[in-house]
Amino acid sequence: MKQMKIFAAPYLVWMVVFILVPLLMVAYFALTNDEGRFTIQYVSDVGQYANIFVRSIWLALIATVICLIMAYPLAFILSRMDKHKQGTMLLIVMLPMWMNFLLRTYAWMTLLGNNGIINYLFGLVGLGPFKLINTSGAVVLGMVYNYLPFMILPLYSVMVKIDKSVLEAATDLGCNFWNTLFRVIIPLSVPGITSGITMVFVPAISTFIISRMLGGGSNLLIGDLIEMQFLGNAYNPHLGAAISLVLMVIILLIMTVMNQFSPDDQVLI
Amino acid sequence: MENVVSLKDIVVEFEDGERILKSISLDIKDKEFVTFLGPSGCGKTTTLRIIGGFIEPTSGDVLFEGKKINGVPPHKRNVNTVFQRYALFPHLNVYENIAFGLRVKKLPEKEILRRVGEMLELVNLKGFEKRTVNRLSGGQQQRVAIARALVNQPKVLLLDEPLGALDLKLRKEMQTELRKIQQAMELTFVYVTHDQEEALTMSDRIVVMNGGVIQQIGSPTDIYNEPVNAFVADFIGESNIVNGHMPKDCVVEFTGRQFECVDKGFSPNETVDVVIRPEDVKVISAEGAKLTGIVESVVFKGVHYEMIVDGVDHKWIIHSTKAEPVGAMIGMTFDPFDIHIMKKTEE
Repeated sequence: MKQMKIFAAPYLVWMVVFILVPLLMVAYFALTNDEGRFTIQYVSDVGQYANIFVRSIWLALIATVICLIMAYPLAFILSRMDKHKQGTMLLIVMLPMWMNFLLRTYAWMTLLGNNGIINYLFGLVGLGPFKLINTSGAVVLGMVYNYLPFMILPLYSVMVKIDKSVLEAATDLGCNFWNTLFRVIIPLSVPGITSGITMVFVPAISTFIISRMLGGGSNLLIGDLIEMQFLGNAYNPHLGAAISLVLMVIILLIMTVMNQFSPDDQVLI
Repeated sequence: MENVVSLKDIVVEFEDGERILKSISLDIKDKEFVTFLGPSGCGKTTTLRIIGGFIEPTSGDVLFEGKKINGVPPHKRNVNTVFQRYALFPHLNVYENIAFGLRVKKLPEKEILRRVGEMLELVNLKGFEKRTVNRLSGGQQQRVAIARALVNQPKVLLLDEPLGALDLKLRKEMQTELRKIQQAMELTFVYVTHDQEEALTMSDRIVVMNGGVIQQIGSPTDIYNEPVNAFVADFIGESNIVNGHMPKDCVVEFTGRQFECVDKGFSPNETVDVVIRPEDVKVISAEGAKLTGIVESVVFKGVHYEMIVDGVDHKWIIHSTKAEPVGAMIGMTFDPFDIHIMKKTEE
C-alpha cells in the first residue's frame, strides 16, 4: 500500500498548483487592495449585489427542482429496465452531452427568438409572438436542458443498486405504490438525490453563458458579475475575487445543509 | 381440515412461450407445513410466488380460503414472504425492519412496540433493536426476515429457500426453530427448498416437483419409502436405479436375474425402473449368491460405509455398517419388499 502512494503524486501536484494555489490567490485578492494592503472593503461591497445573488440562487433552485422532478421517475424507470435496454437508454440520455455546450445554447437562442421557430409555430395558429428569449424563464430552461443529465446519472446509479426483492418485500408487507415510494425507494435513493442536486445546483448558480445568451442584459447572474470584473469594462479583480469568495462560502453552506440529509458514509464535500 | 390455499390447474408461460408450470393443482390445509422440493428450475419458487401474488398465472385459479384471488396484488393478500436473500431494508435498523408492516398499517405506537418486542423475543434478537441490518450475521438477518414477516400475523407464511445461505450447523438449528415457531403459532407454512433432508425433517407434506410438474405429494415417510417414480426416488436420498421388466406379478427381472418382489399389476414384460435404496442392499458371501460384484471403493461416511460395487451392468451403491475390502468379490441380495418397482416416466 505504501508503494502505491507514489502514484497519487501527479494528482497531488496538480491539486496544489491548479486548485489550492488559485484558491489562496482568490482569497488574497479578495482581502487586499491595489497596494497589497489588507482590506475587507471589497467583501463588504459585495452586499451591493445582493439582488443578483438572490436571483442566481432563486433561478438555480428552480432549475434544480425541475431537474429533480423530471429526472426522478425517469431514473427509476431506467433502473428497472432490462439490463441491455438500460445501456441504450443511458446513451440517449447522454447524447446531448456529446454536442458542444455553446452550440446547444445557441440552438435555444434561435428556437426561442422573437422570430424563432417556436413563435413561428404559435403564429400559425394565430397566437403570439410571445417574448420567450431574454426572460428568466429562458435562463431556467437553458439550465434544465444543460444540466438534466447530471441529475439523471447519480439518481440512476443509486437506484440501480436497489434490489428488486426489497421492493417486493415492501409490497409483501402491505405497501401500495405510494407507500413503497415514500417508505423504501426515496429513503434508499437519498445519496443520489443529494449528489444530483449538488451536480445541478453548483454549476447552475455560477453559470454565465446561459444567462448571457438566453437571459439578455436584464437577467444578470453572479457568474456574469464575476466575469465583468475580470474581462469587462468594470475591470476590478479585487471585487471579482471577493464575489467569488462569497459565492464559495454560500455554496459551502448550502452543501453542509444538504449533507445533513445524507447517510453518514456518503458525505459530498 | 380446511383448505387455506388451493391451486387449480395453474399454468405459467413466459413471453417467449416457455412453460414454467404445467398444470399445477394442489390444496394446502390450515396449519400445515408444506414443502415444495425439487431441483433448481423445477418451478417451485414460481409456484410460491403465485401464492404471494408476485406472478400471475397464465391460466388456472388461485383460491385463498375458498375465494378466488387471481389479480389481487401482494399487499392485499393475507400472506407474507421470507425472501431468498432476506431482502431486508438496508436503510432501517432491526426494530424498524420488523415494525415495517405494522407502520404501513398505521397501528398505534404502543401496539407496534409490544408486537415487535414479542417477535424479537421469539427469534432471539433482544438487544439488537438499534443495530443496522448490514452489521448482522447471515443467521441474524434471517431471523429478522422471519420476524418481519411473522409480526403481521399472516394466515400463511411463504418461505423461499430461507436457509440456503447459512452454514450446515446453523441451518439445522434454524430448521428445528422454524418448525417450533410454526407449531407454536399454529400457522400454515409453505416452504421451498432443494434440500431433500431439510424437506424430510420439517414438513407435514412434501410436494416433489420437476420440470414444472408435481411428481408426488405425500408425507416425508411416504415420499421416502414409496416414491412413485425413479425421479422422486433419486431425488429423495440416494438410490440404485436399474432397468428391468416384470415377467409376471411379484417377479421382476433385472441385470439378467429374477427376483421376488411385492409389486403387481404391471402388464406382462412391461419395462420398469427398479429402485433399491443403498441401505437395503444386503451383503452376503459371493458363493451361491444370485448377484455378485467387485468392491470398487469404500468411503467412511460416519454412521455407515458407502461402497461402490461393480456388478453386472450396474454399479451398486451400498450403505453398510461393515466395510468389505476393496477388490473383494461379494454377493448381494434384497428383501422382496425393499425392491420398488416403478413405471417408466415419459420424458
